[in-house]
Formats: sequence, C-alpha cells, structure tokens
Amino acid sequence: MQKTYSNPIYPYRKSADQEAQRPVHHPVIIIGAGPCGMAAALDLAKQGQASVILDDNNTVSVGSRAICFSKRTLEIMDRYGCAQPMVEKGVTWQKGKVFFKQEQVYEFDLLPESGHKLPAFINLQQYYFEEYMVNQIAKEPLIDLRWMHKLVELDSSAEGNQLKVETEDGVYALSCDYLLVADGANSKIRTELGLESKGQVFQDRFLIADVVMKADFPTERWFWFDPEFHPNQSVLLHKQADDVWRIDFQLGWDADPEEEKQEAKIRPRIEAMLGKDVEFELEWASVYTFQCRKMDDFIHNRVIFMGDAAHQVSPFGARGANGGVQSVENLAWKLARVLKGQAPATLIDSYNEERQHGAAENILNSTRATDFITPKNDISRAFRDETLRLAKHYPFARSLVNSGRLSMPCDYQHSSLITKSSALNTGFDAGIAPGFVCLDAPIGINGEDGWLLEQLGNRFVLLYNGEGIDNDELKTLSSISDDLVLLDSRELEDKEGMLAERYCMSGGQGYLIRPDQYVAAKFEQLSREQINSALQRALGYQSAQENP
Amino acid sequence: MSKLITENHFSDADAFYAALTDAHRELSTVDSERLNARLILLLANHIGDKQVLLEALDIAAQLEQ
Repeated sequence: MQKTYSNPIYPYRKSADQEAQRPVHHPVIIIGAGPCGMAAALDLAKQGQASVILDDNNTVSVGSRAICFSKRTLEIMDRYGCAQPMVEKGVTWQKGKVFFKQEQVYEFDLLPESGHKLPAFINLQQYYFEEYMVNQIAKEPLIDLRWMHKLVELDSSAEGNQLKVETEDGVYALSCDYLLVADGANSKIRTELGLESKGQVFQDRFLIADVVMKADFPTERWFWFDPEFHPNQSVLLHKQADDVWRIDFQLGWDADPEEEKQEAKIRPRIEAMLGKDVEFELEWASVYTFQCRKMDDFIHNRVIFMGDAAHQVSPFGARGANGGVQSVENLAWKLARVLKGQAPATLIDSYNEERQHGAAENILNSTRATDFITPKNDISRAFRDETLRLAKHYPFARSLVNSGRLSMPCDYQHSSLITKSSALNTGFDAGIAPGFVCLDAPIGINGEDGWLLEQLGNRFVLLYNGEGIDNDELKTLSSISDDLVLLDSRELEDKEGMLAERYCMSGGQGYLIRPDQYVAAKFEQLSREQINSALQRALGYQSAQENP
Repeated sequence: MSKLITENHFSDADAFYAALTDAHRELSTVDSERLNARLILLLANHIGDKQVLLEALDIAAQLEQ
C-alpha cells in the first residue's frame, strides 16, 4: 500500500565479536532500534559512553504509528544532533477544531510562545523520525548498531548479563554490565524474566488509516465526537508529511480487526467522512487496541526497561514516544556517570523513581482522555455530550473537553536528587524552580546567534550571573568538578530579553542544571559549599538523607 | 479544614427550589439527566475551587446519609 515512503533496508553485518574465542564484553547493550533504543545510544554517546544496539529487524517502523512529537522531544533530539531534518520534514501545527455530531463546537490555537528554537509540536511519521536517528547514529563512532542480530537468550544477575545472539551466521555470545531493553509494548524480555506491566486494558478498537490526498484541508487537528458519518464513535484527522493524513476511527470493542483492515471496508468509511468526490489513496492501515500500564519497577538486576516495554499509554495526547524519549534522557546521563565511576550505582535507581512519576502522570492524562472519548456508562455520556454542547457557547466548558492533553515534560520537584529551595533558605523564587526543565531563550554567543538550550546538557552546568563575583571566587567554583561547566549569563547576549525574563538572575544568583537540562538547585548567593552539596545530591550521593 | 458552605447561603431558598423543580416538570428522565448535567457543569465552573467541589462530591456520594 505504501507509496510515499519506502522503508530503507539496513543490511546485516557480521561483527568481529562473532569471531571472538570468548564472549566479548560491552558496558552497555541496548535491545531494540526504535525511538527509545536509538535515543539511549545517542544520549550515551553524547556523554562519552559507547554502546551496542541489537535489533532483530532490518528497517525502521513499518507504517507510521507515532506521529506527534512535542517540543521537549525535539529539544532532546536537537541535543543528539538530529532535530533539524525532523522539523524540516515534519508538519508544524497549532490550530485545531472540535466537532460534535454535525457541528463545529469550537476551534483553538495553541499560540506557541515565542523565543524557543523548536516548535510546540510537529507531526511526522514515525519511520522518518527513526530514519533520521539512524542517520545520526551513523555519524557516532561510539554506537555499534547491529541489524538482524536477535537476542535469543538472556542470563541476568546482580553482577551483569550474559547474552546469546542469533544471526544468519549463527549464534554468538556477549556479556554486558547493563542491558537496556526497548523491545516494545509486548516486550519478550520482560515476559521471559517473569516481569509484568500492569494496568488497564481498554475495551475498544481503533482503526488507523493513513491516506494520501491532495485535498485542500488546512493543517489542523480535527476531532469529531459522535459525527453523523460515524455515529456513536470518535474520529481524528491530522496531517503528516508528504500529504499523508492520519485518520483515526474509533470502532468499538465488537469490531472484527481483520475485516476492518480491508481496503474495501475502509474506503466507504473515509468517503462518508470526506465526501465521495475527494480523491485519496490508502497508504497504510492498522486496527489496534490499547492499554495504559507500567511495570512496578523498571529495573531488574542490571536490566533496565525503557519505552513501551516499561510504560504504555493510550495514543490520546501523544505520550507514548514522547514519554519514552523523556525516560531515556533521564536514564542516559546517570548510567554514563555510574559507568565512569563518577556516581554511585544507586543513582540508577533514581531513573525508576523519577520516571515512575513521569509514567504515572502520562497514564493519568491518557486515561482521562480515553474516559472522556469513550464514556463508560449512560451518565458519563450525558456529561460528555452536555459538556460538548455547552462548549459551543460557553468558553468554560472547552476546558473540560478532552481529546488528549498534549504531552508536556513532567517535573521532578519531589525527586530525591533535587535540592529544594526551602532546604537552602533561598529567597530566589523567581524563574525556573528546582526539578523543572530549563526553558529555551534566543541568545548571542561569541558574536553568533544561538539558543540557550544549546549551551546546556550533556554535563552539569552552573548558569549564573557573575556580577559582583571576583576571580578568586570564580576559581573556587570552577574547581568543584570536572563534570561542571560554568556559564556566566553576562557572556550571553540576551537578544530578546527572554533569558532575563525566564531565569530572573541578579548578580551572584545561579542555577545548577543537570545533564538532562533539568534544574537541580538554584542559589541566592553562589557558594562552593552549597553548589557542591547540590551536585552530590544530584549524583545520588545523598539521596538517603532527608530532603526537606 | 472544610471549605464547603453547608449553612444556608441562598438569597431565596424557596424560589430556587421552585425554579429547579419547574425546570424539570415537563421533562423525560433522559432530558432531566441532561439538564442536571448542564446545571452541575455550570455551577461547578462558577465555584471553581477544587476543594469545595470535592467536598460537595463526597457528601453527595454518601447516598445512605
């Protein structure tokens, strides 16, 4: 069916490891070259850590699957060096319409805030997203990506992992300190280790139809509740690259997935929706059910689960791939520092702590959207329908309409790695609070235009306002750690005043920013002792202590 | 601490009660459910405060009381 995209074929290559007399050891092996597995390898490479990715296939995603990528995900991709082709190819959108039965209820404009390098959202087929990551990986000497190398046996213990890997040249053995598992929602490794992902299965089926049409629809997200062309169900229309439109039909639990996948069955549905005169070609179709679930612990011995294998959500709100990539970036900097001996092994546990919180937030949001879209009983349906009717005339009701709350990065303000401002008795409350992700700002540096986030990430950064700080003090601060870079905000040209507006630093104030661009602590008056203590806490050395 | 007002707060309690029952008088059960849903949504937004709303929901859910 697919015409606008042909999947690249990445050939199997024999690795020197297959000739070795004894199993070759790697610090990190990653299972699965999807968005999360590849993100993990790219992030580790940015932190100077080599890894091997094993994938049992030879191409990127067949069919589109995830389509909506959020600003935070793009910021992470930008740190890896592959956001640019994604933004160029992707469709940037900000407007949407909501319909109930035959009427438009309201329209919205996300009105993106200015002063960010990357857009609020792009729509891009998952295969492009993955292809650009594969291209970036090819430029990274620290990443060894092995297509058609299939993990067939895993022996995991508290000390590490022994693997058997199958290829067309036979089976070979490997060992690793840490195994990162991103083998998808139905993770075989999770099952084989006897672990579970627990939660809610929704009794509903959805048809995804990606169609190519030249029709003159605007680049907007259109969502129908109970439309006349598809009664009692919901429908979503959203544009992707190459004039491919994603149409998502809710089918109900009784639908027969095999039958619904047939073009003869899909065509009349789309004609009823778009009108008989609209020309389209069916690009790809799939019928899916979904679950909102997660593992109780993402870490088992030295096996670490990521992406859908660790936590899975319904598609409403674009939280699957986005939440997955955000989990990966939380893990990578920690794992790299543990492997380099710069942090205790227990720092990895904070991946579970912080991302259980992120996963729970994503599951909560997508469950709420699902419950609004598919009311569970008659009275829920009455509330849903009346909310929609009121929304046409009364703005308040629009805040209740929920066809997916689009993915925003979660905060880690209650994490044991974060130094709360109350602990430092600081009155520096303006700007970004500890545990929140840094905001971008347009800046000039060394006479060139750039962005603040390009200066942050991959190592700890002390972003401070150096006014009134003498050279001796600076020397003391810069000797705190090799992993800490000092960045005086006065060296950055605040081109639109956004740096001052978003960070609010006066002389002597500063932020300690983690390698994942989250604020670890903020300081009213820079002091070596406070900065060092916050850094130690962020590295997991003090997590056992009380964090008031 | 409780925030929901449970002492009389109506400017005209009888008039409200009459208006409420009048509004439902001619309606089928289904339409009454719809009216109630609309009314709850409108009033809930007017109140806005999450704690007040949850306290009211909590008392309302105690059907045996």
